[in-house]
Amino acid sequence: MGLTLAEKILSRKAGREVRAGELVVVEVDQVMVVDSIAGSFFKRLAYLEATPRYPERVSIVIDHVAPAANLEVAKAQKEIREWGRKHGIRVFDVGRGVCHQVLMEEGLAQPGWIVVGSDSHSTTYGAVGAFGTGMGATDIALAAASGRTWLRVPESVKVTFRGKLPRGVTAKDAALEMVRLLTAEGATYMAVEIHLAEGAESLSRGERMTLANLTVEAGAKAGLLVPSGEILDLYRVPDWLYPDPDARYVREVEVDLSTLTPRVSVPFYVDNVQEVSAVRGKRVDQVFIGTCTNGRLEDLRAAAEVLRGRKVAPGVRLLVIPASSQVLEEAARDGTLLTLLEAGATLGTPGCGPCMGRHMGVLAPGEVCVSTSNRNFRGRMGAPDAEIYLASPRVAAASAVAGYIATPEDLAPLQEEAHA
Amino acid sequence: MPRVWKFGDQINTDDILPGKYAPFMVGEDRFHTFAFAHLRPEFAKEVKPGDILVFGRNAGLGSSREYAPEALRKLGIRAVIAKSYARIFFRNLVNLGIIPFESEEVVDALEDGDQVELDLETGVLLRGGERFALRPPPPFLLEALREGSLLDYYKKHGRFPGE
Repeated sequence: MGLTLAEKILSRKAGREVRAGELVVVEVDQVMVVDSIAGSFFKRLAYLEATPRYPERVSIVIDHVAPAANLEVAKAQKEIREWGRKHGIRVFDVGRGVCHQVLMEEGLAQPGWIVVGSDSHSTTYGAVGAFGTGMGATDIALAAASGRTWLRVPESVKVTFRGKLPRGVTAKDAALEMVRLLTAEGATYMAVEIHLAEGAESLSRGERMTLANLTVEAGAKAGLLVPSGEILDLYRVPDWLYPDPDARYVREVEVDLSTLTPRVSVPFYVDNVQEVSAVRGKRVDQVFIGTCTNGRLEDLRAAAEVLRGRKVAPGVRLLVIPASSQVLEEAARDGTLLTLLEAGATLGTPGCGPCMGRHMGVLAPGEVCVSTSNRNFRGRMGAPDAEIYLASPRVAAASAVAGYIATPEDLAPLQEEAHA
Repeated sequence: MPRVWKFGDQINTDDILPGKYAPFMVGEDRFHTFAFAHLRPEFAKEVKPGDILVFGRNAGLGSSREYAPEALRKLGIRAVIAKSYARIFFRNLVNLGIIPFESEEVVDALEDGDQVELDLETGVLLRGGERFALRPPPPFLLEALREGSLLDYYKKHGRFPGE
């Protein structure tokens, strides 16, 4: 019996062949810490009387409340900078961007690596064949102190995407469909191993990040994409980093991308996924385009394509937060940003703010938000009765123009410009 | 006598401690007073040390934020019972020395407000004259829990349990 991709990576790291169910202690290649747990992380290291064993393998990203929203946060962030300097730890400061996007841009997640992050969406690193997993402050502190982590080798669910996405349908729709099929607990303790077949291998690195990112919404420990397409051009992928053809899976799911339509995840559960047509017309107060799920250049461009020549509906706030400073710069350079601003968008500092209701875009009681993020839990973005609908940047942009949940195809056609 | 606080299925870490009440947002000394702020605002005021939390399926899904279970620990919670757990939450509970018991039947049998006694080592739960048996945690977890938490274990032994 062969090995899954998760078993391959963990076997390599354990130095022996390991199977699902075994406990292993493995070296980690990168430990990612976000601002919101940094205080707990420092406290635990102090309790252990330890410092990071390999300082170059630790990164701290100030993104969850960036820039600081109050005095408490400002003090906590000052401590991060001082601690980073003292211990020679890399600190990505205010404005650099959302942790997962930043680590990918900096090459701190590579095929075959183990990356542990203090954020549940650390599964995102699976886009390039890294075993990325989210953990709490204690596990993260232990990983930094020892250079290792303690894991149960996960069983795997195999998800195969085939075919090409129809025009207007995106990787976000495919990811939401995957979560619907698996359910919120369908991959708990497991790795979701994603195969892109027959046309689907053309999905970009960013689109793969969206898929890997949302695997945690099915409970996954890791979301691993089998390397293919542009990943083979962008990275050095080791020969061993592929699952065996006779690997054993707990469950196999197939999605034909060519049959998909735009999807929306309806409050208050991510796996409550419906076609946009089921909620079309729902009034919207705020639209948020950004986050580690969909704040990349291609996402901003998709939104700009819908918004070009149009205006955000009166009374609707369109908040755009690029996932990183690099995304922001590129969007400024190619005109995407100007298109968004002309349509009436408000621009925020690269970071996570509104996604978990910390600052910049918190929702008032009774408000409705269409968001390109990854969670629509009750109270997540502010008031407990505020509603969050998760969608692609295209659907988000169209909803901002319409003032209600809509696809770009629902919008009135633009006036033909006069002949040049 | 400890009281049962019963919650439903799919209780996420935003329900347990909304993200906006993280310690670094509201202060280390008071973040736990916002436990279940949206779902059950009276909880943090009325819960007593030793009380038992009971959840349905997929308890603690969502964010990796350890300060959700940390808030429960600060309020004196030493054990929870759920039908099933999300994985990061399960790990965080163990790491903080809160025992995560798993049982469909016991969760179904218990009701909010029940007065119970629970032996954390043996998993024996008493409600009046009724006796329920909860499966004790697996050995590798007990090994860590015996030292208090995984952090305490590592500090004492310089290695992970079972290594």
